[in-house]
This record gives sequence, structure tokens and C-alpha cells, in this order.
Amino acid sequence: MKPAPFSYVRPATLDEALDVLGSDPHAKVLAGGQSLVPMLSMRIASPTTLVDINGLAELAYVRTDEDGVRIGALARHVDVETDVDAWRVQPLLRHAMRLVAHPTIRNRGTTLGSVVHADAAAEMPAVAALLDAAVTVASTRGRRTIEAADLFVGPLECTVRPAELALELQVPALRPGSGAAIDEVTRRHGDYALCGVAAVVSVGAAGAIERVRASYLSVSPTPLVLDLSEAFVDGSASDANVDAAAEIATGAVDPETDIHGSADYRRHLAGVLTRRVVRAAHARATASDAQGAR
Amino acid sequence: MTSPPEILAPDALHHVSLTVNGAAYDLDVPARRLLSDALRHDLGLTGTHVGCEHGVCGACTILVDGRPMRSCLLLTVSMDGASLTTVEGLAEEGDRLAPVQQAFKDCHGLQCGFCTPGFLTTITAGLEDNPDPTRDEAREMIAGNLCRCTGYQNIVSSVLRAAEIRRARDAQGPASREDQP
Repeated sequence: MKPAPFSYVRPATLDEALDVLGSDPHAKVLAGGQSLVPMLSMRIASPTTLVDINGLAELAYVRTDEDGVRIGALARHVDVETDVDAWRVQPLLRHAMRLVAHPTIRNRGTTLGSVVHADAAAEMPAVAALLDAAVTVASTRGRRTIEAADLFVGPLECTVRPAELALELQVPALRPGSGAAIDEVTRRHGDYALCGVAAVVSVGAAGAIERVRASYLSVSPTPLVLDLSEAFVDGSASDANVDAAAEIATGAVDPETDIHGSADYRRHLAGVLTRRVVRAAHARATASDAQGAR
Repeated sequence: MTSPPEILAPDALHHVSLTVNGAAYDLDVPARRLLSDALRHDLGLTGTHVGCEHGVCGACTILVDGRPMRSCLLLTVSMDGASLTTVEGLAEEGDRLAPVQQAFKDCHGLQCGFCTPGFLTTITAGLEDNPDPTRDEAREMIAGNLCRCTGYQNIVSSVLRAAEIRRARDAQGPASREDQP
């Protein structure tokens, strides 16, 4: 339960960090470390060098405008959770953050770090996938932006390359006429979810449902985003329609049996949670006041 | 182009300066030294307990610049310059028990005591954020800490009692609170 030896460097500038990452394919970035340090201790990960970016204060920001929220690589979960402007523009971030481990972990863990850690049992990758977020990465060869749809490729695997440093997460604003919600079932408060679902419901000017998308965690190797709109052809959130959406979900998820729960049980949860979050997101989408919409 | 920073060998020692419970410490540690181990083995502050050592149990929780964090999930070398508070730093002047410590004593909030340091630090910070929690909020406050003895009822009561003691000490005047000048 102690990490294997590794070299450590704490760059003073972004360029220094990129130089190290570019010269050592087995180097790893340390930001919050709330997933990485236990992996080091359990020796699941054994990087040659840790590049500690905690000295790069310019990456510790949460910036919000009407288009969305931009989250720097050193913004802690708690910074995103407590940011009033982010809450106003994209309320799903705070709703989801409250389900991420415990406050003690959120005080150190970073939101972008969680996204590129790409754990399909974690909330932030599922939220990033649902909201069509994007990640800007940098290397000594320049910068590029990866759309969430192209980001997740397998368990704990994303398309950020070894020489690249994830700089910023861009999360689009929730559009007017849309509501978002997230819920999950866990064995213990704050633990990994047996199944979790986040949804965005969009309604037209007359209040009819136009689009329903949902994102699933812990029931597939990568965050799974489903378009459930076809269950709502008459535009209503009737029991029959919500049941039909749940049926699409249970047919599409591909959970595995493990010590915490059977595949059948997780599939069942995907249906139950789909009903819950679609109803909650619909209530927010049709709320008459700004408070109710969040 | 900048030149890459010098990268020391994996077993090299790194110099780290920490402030722990108001006292300055300088130590030389390998990069892989967990902060929980540095506190216990390098600094001899064995009040911080190590339970699961992978961030689940909360026993090793300390305050980093006032915020609770898991010391087993922090690398010592990454904490250079930080100001830490461990359970040893909670008592008030003259060794009077801090409100949370007194409350645990009053409410029988511990049995074996192994998890207690993590609860005390977590609740100390929790009451700074929410000085008057409901029973439900008290439960939420301690949700990240595991106790295998008490069944949590008395710990929840201790949170509420600690809030009471804080209020009583505040009413007696600012000088009676440890965080006041």
C-alpha cells in the first residue's frame, strides 16, 4: 500500500510541464490526485515521473459566460460546486458534484482530472458526455480540442495522449426550455454508483417535449449517452412515455455482474433511474421561475 | 523553448517545508512519501490515524489551509509551503478541549477511538461552514468517515453538541475561541 518509487517534478510554467511530458511517455500528470494517488498506492499505476501541476496557479479557474462554463485543470470540484455563475448557467454541474465522493475528496480532486481519468463509474465523465462538453489539451506541438463524443474509448482510457496535458473543460450552458437532473443508486453514501443516470429534457415554446437525452454511468465501459426522444412522440411526460424511455434504457445498457450487484439489477436500476431523472428534468424544463428551473 | 526542469532520480530526497499546528517543519522525503506517513513517521505526530490508506475510511483526515483532506491521498512533496492542522492542533490554549473534542467526550462519541481523529478534524471544518447543523446535516457532514464501533448515533449527537458548545463559548466572548486572536 505504498507507491512504487517515481521521479517528481513541479514545473513553474506550463511550457516546462509540457517539455517533461513530451520527453517521457511514461510520465503522468498530478493535479488533485484523488484517483491517481490511491492507484499509485495500490500499484495499479507506476509512472516513471509525476508532473505536479499544482504550482500552475493560472490553471485554477472557473469562468462562466452565457455560452457556458470553462473549467481550468486546477479547479477543484468544490470550486465548481460553489460557483454561483456556473450554477446559474449549467445547474447540472452542481447537482452532479454533490454526488462525487465526499466534500473531503471534492476539496482536493479536480473536475477536469476526473473527466480525463475516464472512469465510467464516475459522474463527471457521464455529465461531460451528456452535455457535449469539450476538453482542450496542450503538448509541445500545440493545442487541440477534443469533443466529449471522441474522448472516452475504454475503462480509464481517453484520447488525451501521453505527451498532452488537459488544460480546460468547456461545458455548454443549459439552453432555455431545458431542464437537467441526475440521480444514482449507491451501496453507501458517496460511494461509486451501482448505476447512475443524468438527463436533459428540452421542451418547445408550447411546453411539448422535443428532445430527451440521458447519460448512464457504471453500466457500460465508457459513459453511455442515449437519445430517448422517440419515447415522447406526443410531447407529453405521460407514464406510458416515461415507461417507454425506461425500456429503451434497459435494452441499451450493458452492465456487468460484480461483487456489488448483478447485471440484471443494474439494468433494472437504469430503468428506475431513467424514470426519476426524466421526470425531474422535465419538471425543471417546464418550471415557471428560474429557481424551479434549477 | 525552455529547457526541461531537472528531474531527480526516483529515490532522491526532496526538501519540503510545512507548517503543522502552527509550528514550522523542514523535512527531506522521497517523492512517494504519503503525507499521512510523513506526519506519523517523519514528524512523530501519530494522532493522525491510517485506516484504509486509499481514501475511503476518512481516519487520516487533516485540515489543509483549513479545508479537510485525506492525508493518505496527498504526496508530501506536493504540499511544500502548506499549513496543516492535525488532531494534535485542535485543543485550545491551556490544553482546554476544543468544542468538538469536548462534545465527543460528553456524548460518548467514540469507543475504540481509531477513527476519531478524522471525525474531529472533519467536524471542526464542517462547523465552520455550517455552525448550526440539523441532525440530517450532521449526518451529511460525517458521511465520508467510517466508524466500526458506535453506530454513528453518538457521533451525530456529538456534532450537534459541538455546535452548542461553540455557541456557548462564542457568547462568553471572542477570547474563548481558538480561532480568534
